[in-house]
Amino acid sequence: MSEHEYVPKSKAAKWFNDRLPLLTLGAHLTDYPTPKNLNYWWTFGGILTFCLITQIVTGIVLAMHYVAHADLAFASVEHIMRDVNYGWLIRYIHSNGASMFFLAVYIHIFRSLFYGSYKSPREVIWIIGLMIYLLMMAAAFMGYVLPWGQMSFWGATVITNLFSAIPLVGDSITTWLWGAYSVDNPTLNRFFSLHYLIPFLILGLVVLHIWALHVPGNNNPVGIDIKKPSKDTVPFHPYITIKDAFALLVFMIIFAGFVFFTPNVLGHSDNYIPANPLVTPAHIVPEWYLLPFYAILRSVPDKLGGVILMFSAIFILFVLPWLDTSKVRSAVFRPIYRQFFWILVIDVLMLGYVGAMPAEGIYLVLARVGTIYYFLHFIVVMPVVGYLEKTDPIPMSISEPVLIGGAEPSLARKVNDKV
Amino acid sequence: MIKSNIKLFVLSFLLLISLRPLQSAEIVDPIKVDWSFKGLTGTFDRASLQRGFQVYKEVCASCHSMQYLSYRNLGEPGGPEFSEQEVKAIAASFEIEDGPDSQGEMFTRPGKPSDKFKSPYPNVQAATAANGGAYPPDMSVLVKARKGGANYIYSVLVGYEDPPPGVTLDDGVYYNKYMAGNKIKMPNNLMDGLVEYADGTESTVDQMAKDVTTFLAWAAEPELEERHKTGVKVIIYLVLLTILVYLSMKKIWSRIDSEV
Repeated sequence: MSEHEYVPKSKAAKWFNDRLPLLTLGAHLTDYPTPKNLNYWWTFGGILTFCLITQIVTGIVLAMHYVAHADLAFASVEHIMRDVNYGWLIRYIHSNGASMFFLAVYIHIFRSLFYGSYKSPREVIWIIGLMIYLLMMAAAFMGYVLPWGQMSFWGATVITNLFSAIPLVGDSITTWLWGAYSVDNPTLNRFFSLHYLIPFLILGLVVLHIWALHVPGNNNPVGIDIKKPSKDTVPFHPYITIKDAFALLVFMIIFAGFVFFTPNVLGHSDNYIPANPLVTPAHIVPEWYLLPFYAILRSVPDKLGGVILMFSAIFILFVLPWLDTSKVRSAVFRPIYRQFFWILVIDVLMLGYVGAMPAEGIYLVLARVGTIYYFLHFIVVMPVVGYLEKTDPIPMSISEPVLIGGAEPSLARKVNDKV
Repeated sequence: MIKSNIKLFVLSFLLLISLRPLQSAEIVDPIKVDWSFKGLTGTFDRASLQRGFQVYKEVCASCHSMQYLSYRNLGEPGGPEFSEQEVKAIAASFEIEDGPDSQGEMFTRPGKPSDKFKSPYPNVQAATAANGGAYPPDMSVLVKARKGGANYIYSVLVGYEDPPPGVTLDDGVYYNKYMAGNKIKMPNNLMDGLVEYADGTESTVDQMAKDVTTFLAWAAEPELEERHKTGVKVIIYLVLLTILVYLSMKKIWSRIDSEV
């Protein structure tokens, strides 16, 4: 991948590197030419890697003390909180870490949407990223079941029941998923097993995600192809590493704020009530990061229709690179698409909000409007706007803002500073 | 252009949030109490915790279990901090079932600090049956298990009223202003002068409600004081490190003709 062949200095290093070129890989990662105009929205890749490692490390320690049994799980979590040294800290990092992970991943995804990072030649990076996101949702959902509180139990019941909407075989599939005739001890046990497995699948996909990224290199706020290495790029180390470190630290301050001062604000108080199959909570709500999809699910009066629509909401993203017809990547030069981008952001936030509310009255209306717009954005807006939109002139390179067509000084300045 | 969009976006979101009160107009918000354990550096009032334990032991414990707490917790830092002798005496005042012994028999013995709090009923079914069909919930994490937390628990304790005209209550059901649905099966157990506080504090209903709520808040989050203290240190450390890394970043990026 690197232009220059890396030669280790010592003989021993050369001997090793000839057999397993780890040092070459290290040199590639260090020198990796990165666009110098990346803004702070680009620091979330590093932040997400940090989140994954934090979840794995805290999760492994929690698993040493947790008991995956319907009669013991709730008590074992309290044992962790009260009797394990710094157990409260490890558990609060893990539970809030899930939320921080999703916060970061949503910013990462919307950054990609704004700057067109999913477009050619980066479609495979985008698709692997979506697979990671899907696995994250599965891991988070199963993780939320493990404390075996009321929301754990009823959330698991609602979500697994979705599969019963499949015609003919739905009920059999649901029973098979449960390992019983309702959510019960076998369900908890297999969820624990899968919750432990999935992060390592994610880790593997992250390696592929970064590998695929290093083939074409990073997109950038201007969204143009750049020569690498050139005046437009900086070596990854130390320029990007120090910038990522700075952004990560700011992120960690917010993270620590949640962990130490409001550790339960993102959870639901009902989950501190032990699971009771005989008592249904007044409102069953998933964790905040799944709420937009929950709103889409409930906006359809038909169960199967709701399930199909909810899964479509995610799977439509897989074909996004081919729905977007614009030749220009970055929304900075797409005055019309930019408007629609922000409408989509509002739409998803609104869906998240109504997902937390009872599915009735004004909330149901908002959920339906939001769902329709969500799909319109991808199926109609993206192809049509890309086709009809008159984009702003694009600079030839990052350092030399020579414009195609008429020069526009204000734009040139804007591109040169920060985008 | 982007700026104005963000404004629009924040505005519409605020509008959305402001719709919320329309939905929950009937529920009475719990009384807001200025607890000593609120805020970034909040700590528990030691004396209040000790009084609260007394209220729990003499009033609540006859129906409510606290199965995740051990007597030793009462002497640990950040809690009521009873002395070692006091903790031993408290534990010893309970008869704990143990066993089986070498003959295979269960036996009772005085409690030890390592024992869990003794539950008033052998199981949930027994507790439910003895309380008119309503299970008195375990109080170990009750403050975390209720929306509104300590404020809500306190409000329910002081929220008993005569039912408004037109509301009829079944036997063993009481009217409470703050309880969801306003109907509660727990009678109003607190009355002025009910317990005799060891420290001479006057035991008004309000005082007892505050003390026992403080005790329950600690029981739910025994790590709260350590968490707050550690949190302040962690944040200070992170802020200092962030400043250092920021300055390093500026320095490193000054080598090239680009802003960071």
